[in-house]
Amino acid sequence: MTALNQTTVEINGHPCRVWQKGEGPVLGFVPGYAGLPRWTPFLDELAQTRRVIAPSLPGFPGGTGHGDLDNQLDWVTAARDLLAAAGLHGADMVAAGFGAALVADVAALWPGSVRTLTLIAPFGVYYDDAPIADIWAPRPGPVESILVVDPERYREFVELPDGGDPVEWPIELNRANEAAARYLWPLGNTGLARRLHRIEAPTLLVWGDDDKVVPPVYAERYSQCIKGRTTIRKVAHAGHLAELDQPQQVARHVLEFVAQAA
Amino acid sequence: MKLCWFHLMPYRDLPADFRDKHDSVWVTIDSKLFDPVRAHEIYNDSMDELEFAAEMGFDAICVNEHHNNGYGLMPSPNLIAAALSRRTTDVAICVMGNSLALYNPPVRVAEEMAMLDCISGGRLIAGFPVGTPMDTCYAYGQNPSTLRDRYYEANDLIIKAWTEPEVFSWNGRFNQQRYVNIWPRPIQKPHPPVWIPGGGSIETWNFCAEHDYVYAYLSYFGSLSAEETMRGFWNEMARLGKDRNPYRAGFLQFVGVAESRKEALKLYAEAGEYFYRRCLHVAPAFSAAPGYTTEATTRAKIKSQVQQAANYFPELPQTFAQMVDKGYVIVGSPDEVAEQMRGVATRLHIGHLMPNLQFGNMPTDLVRYNTELFAKQVLPQIKDVFDDEWEDHWWPRGMATKPPATRNAPRARGKVVA
Repeated sequence: MTALNQTTVEINGHPCRVWQKGEGPVLGFVPGYAGLPRWTPFLDELAQTRRVIAPSLPGFPGGTGHGDLDNQLDWVTAARDLLAAAGLHGADMVAAGFGAALVADVAALWPGSVRTLTLIAPFGVYYDDAPIADIWAPRPGPVESILVVDPERYREFVELPDGGDPVEWPIELNRANEAAARYLWPLGNTGLARRLHRIEAPTLLVWGDDDKVVPPVYAERYSQCIKGRTTIRKVAHAGHLAELDQPQQVARHVLEFVAQAA
Repeated sequence: MKLCWFHLMPYRDLPADFRDKHDSVWVTIDSKLFDPVRAHEIYNDSMDELEFAAEMGFDAICVNEHHNNGYGLMPSPNLIAAALSRRTTDVAICVMGNSLALYNPPVRVAEEMAMLDCISGGRLIAGFPVGTPMDTCYAYGQNPSTLRDRYYEANDLIIKAWTEPEVFSWNGRFNQQRYVNIWPRPIQKPHPPVWIPGGGSIETWNFCAEHDYVYAYLSYFGSLSAEETMRGFWNEMARLGKDRNPYRAGFLQFVGVAESRKEALKLYAEAGEYFYRRCLHVAPAFSAAPGYTTEATTRAKIKSQVQQAANYFPELPQTFAQMVDKGYVIVGSPDEVAEQMRGVATRLHIGHLMPNLQFGNMPTDLVRYNTELFAKQVLPQIKDVFDDEWEDHWWPRGMATKPPATRNAPRARGKVVA
């Protein structure tokens, strides 16, 4: 496996970080809650056999320019431009939570832009009979108590890295939350439900069995609405950030799915 | 100095075990605790108290806006202000605010405040708060990341709606209107004085300086904890080349006056503990909507090691005596209160002092007692502070001629059959 490589692309004139690791066919990843404050074991699993490319959406760690994006159209076009600039047009795409709301829309609006689509507990649709939790006001909190089964995994994920700036680090993490809130506040509903039928790519729907944020029952609902062939994988002992709770398991599901879709 | 009698209009019957049994007084407050028949009394008592304060000679009576909130029963302060405008003649009507970004289109605020200015005969003070995250983001669903920009745009639109004589189109980032042309227009020219209620954010200070607005620091935690904030405010004014006119600033202070300090400690203990223990029992999750506090302010707060901006409510003391010790509530005999209020005004350099003489579940008789004692024995001792040095440019100008006497309708209080 190659070392982590970092480049920068410009979206609407604002620099956004692109991380890359591994060799093989390209596999894109757009993260969810907190973005990617650091490279993760899940991505290392994928990078064993694939060239993993993880671009940062505006406002998420490594990405800038969220303050210029005022509406859903702004966000979706920024996401589309980011994927293209990162070399991910037509790639196998994996996206989680916050990020998956946008990548699903990219797949819906530009059907040729993804080869396969893996959505891990995406935001974007809100069913009244199975409400998405208020991730911006978790009560009693803290937020990791609803994000993951093992809170320690989350704390490691977001802890200040060696040499990190203790003033800027919490601001950067909070910025990811603000960026997500900017297109998902207050319910996480972007109207994606009206566009799911446009998604033609083979789609894998991954949900932590114990997702306390977006209820796992959404997997079947998405599956019924998406036009392309869908596969559902529920992951035991995993919460909303299933890829953090069970990195090997989720990576195995992804790799099997993209191999079968070939 | 101007003394502005401020009413939060709390619900007065939250149960004694509220903290233990309930999660939050704000946003998710249990609706089963609200008794509309009791609210009939509370609203009418509260409005009577405001009118009484006007009769007693306070310079202004103040109302404000909250949503889903057990200590603020005025989702629409404009409704209360309209009634007060009819029932009073000389006092300034301070609407300490309409949270501008909550109104769609924001010219609604321009219209209603123009109505209030006309009804009152030019007595309106127009408060323009951003609004708390609890009110704006959680209760009203506004996006915390765009809230401030929406607020700034709404301010520009409202001021233009008040001042532009021609019909105009507004092609804004968040608001687009082909025809802006409000009827009525405010009496006060170019427009009513604008006051900005705020916490300690640097952007708010800059905004006040840039637009020549009053900054009103509405803290529930007294002058001791406000010193750093107000020092920051005045330093920022100096940096921006503004004078030190104390009328640029307002400050809210809880006060209980009695014959003696001992008596005051006894009289106001229950109301004080009710307010700080029950009314400020807010689920912390609601105080930090992502993006509500700007990064510059967050950075400044982290660096200055003061409390996080997100932390609206510090660890609250248990007893009234502790609340008084911390300066949250000023109590004492009229002379003692006068001395302390003079101290607050001069130390923080505040021209618009906003005593809160009804807090918590204070019953209406005690509110009147507190108000009357303050008006008769405290107010005369302190009202001259700053007057020989500074002019208040941020006070309602009224009409060129005295308004015709508003006919006082008999006080209408319905008879409620429980």
